[in-house]
Amino acid sequence: MTRGRAGRAGRAGRARRARTIRLVEIAHARSGDKGDTANIGLIARNPKDYPLLVKQVTAARVARHFTGMIKGLVERFELPNLFALNFLLHGALDGGGTISLKTDAQGKVFSTALLRMEIEVGR
Amino acid sequence: MTSRPATVRVAAGQGFWGDWLEAPYRQVTGGPIDYLMMDYLAEVTMSILQKQKSRDASLGYATDFITQMERILPTVIERGIKVTANAGGVNPRACAAAVAAVAKKLGLSGKLKIGVVTGDDLLGRLDGLVARGHELKNLDTGRPLRDVRDRVLSANAYLGAAPVVDALRRGAQVVITGRVTDTGLTLGPLMHAFGWSGDAWDLIAAGTVAGHIIECGAQASGGNCLNDWEHIPDLANVGYPIVEAQAGGTFELVKHPRSGGRIDVAGVTEQLVYEMGDPQSYITPDGIADFTTIQLKQNGKDRVQVSGVKGKPATDKLKVSIAYFYGYKAVGTLVYAWPDALKKAQAADRVLRQRLEDLKLKFEAIHTEFVGATATHGPLALADFDASEIPEVQLRIGVRSADQAPVDRFTREIAPLILNGPPSVTGFAGGRPKPEEIVAYWPALIDRKVVEPKVEIVDA
Repeated sequence: MTRGRAGRAGRAGRARRARTIRLVEIAHARSGDKGDTANIGLIARNPKDYPLLVKQVTAARVARHFTGMIKGLVERFELPNLFALNFLLHGALDGGGTISLKTDAQGKVFSTALLRMEIEVGR
Repeated sequence: MTSRPATVRVAAGQGFWGDWLEAPYRQVTGGPIDYLMMDYLAEVTMSILQKQKSRDASLGYATDFITQMERILPTVIERGIKVTANAGGVNPRACAAAVAAVAKKLGLSGKLKIGVVTGDDLLGRLDGLVARGHELKNLDTGRPLRDVRDRVLSANAYLGAAPVVDALRRGAQVVITGRVTDTGLTLGPLMHAFGWSGDAWDLIAAGTVAGHIIECGAQASGGNCLNDWEHIPDLANVGYPIVEAQAGGTFELVKHPRSGGRIDVAGVTEQLVYEMGDPQSYITPDGIADFTTIQLKQNGKDRVQVSGVKGKPATDKLKVSIAYFYGYKAVGTLVYAWPDALKKAQAADRVLRQRLEDLKLKFEAIHTEFVGATATHGPLALADFDASEIPEVQLRIGVRSADQAPVDRFTREIAPLILNGPPSVTGFAGGRPKPEEIVAYWPALIDRKVVEPKVEIVDA
């Protein structure tokens, strides 16, 4: 996994004005399942950080983050009223429910894996 | 006409079959409530209950509910609390009979009316429905039900709040249902108490959101809450959530005084997004709730107000939950210790897979996890720590097949690794893993008009 590493070096020019943090520092989350799809609700701890989530935690970025861990597409929905984003990760649970051989067959802690994602914030 | 109350309190007593046994008793004794709602049915629970019923016609419901009722029934009757529960599973009438027997044993005969909601069970009608063109296609895969028809174990339509309302209107104090939605068990009492009509879509949506928030019990009052989790007080005495609703559809989430846990905007938000699909279209048999219209506000300590919920009309379909026999699976585990715990576990996985291949065993899936390193976060975690220093890693390997034989053989390949595989291995005290039958879930839709909910009132 080269996640984040090369990207950070490549953004060195902007690094003077921005720093990289993990999502866990500004967001919390809960996840669950519907069949073979995991959902992750990502919530800004402080409403002022919600626009950061909207801008940087895109469906494409989340799909890249979970490369190798999910088989299907990622969909994103916005809940500005709750300062939250909802992601559907399709093909995430090895068939899901009782079929799945995964420890996390119901996607209960998928949310915490998303919180490892790095984003850029102003200083 | 009966007068309408200003507020109605619906308390969550069980979030799933297996939830905390103390919760219902604490909910009915810890402070005033009007309704106790208890959710027992997960997606594959119905098939387990169907299996029990096929062995004994008097079974097929959530037996825990009877034990719970025995404990709370005197208080429920004394305080006039009403109970809604989908504990009936595939045999709501037998469940009602068991509750009636408990009432008799407690000397409460003649003091209890039980409402029994049926009509959700489609198993006996399945061939007729398929013959009449109801394909019951799998919502996820698009396959028609005929592909697995001979392996179907249970089939239940999700009923909504309407039959619960009907039972309450006819005087039932305890309403026992089969596959009624989790949210319907909360919405039904609110519709009944406030006289909400079935096409008051915003009110229906508000009651549905209330039901969604409390259907997982303490998950709305501090349980499994990530935000600031270390400071959530007294989870040992966690208070389960209570909806305190007003006729206009605004409600507050509260819990009993002197109980543990926490009710705040962050925690309620976590529960709102739990198991969510498209937030603008949370579909139930009762209507469609738009979660992007929900407004939350902290109205005091352990008191969150929910308002502004908008809804849309119900669709002409009902969801059907079908369970069918899928095949077999088994999971084996071994624990490898430092130094190089992860490398040893990875080596053992390679050895085991080689042996399974040499034995020419065919599996639909072989799934390996290294618990302690990659089981829940996959490769994401490994970049962030020195894997060679992990004190131990559990190798967890599972297989799945349509046939039992290869799965049986797999279960005999774990223990030999202790002596003939990589070193520093322990944690095999549990013995040989057991092959399990897989009963899988087949979600489908059906025309609403072919499903007829029925309500009976039984005097206990």
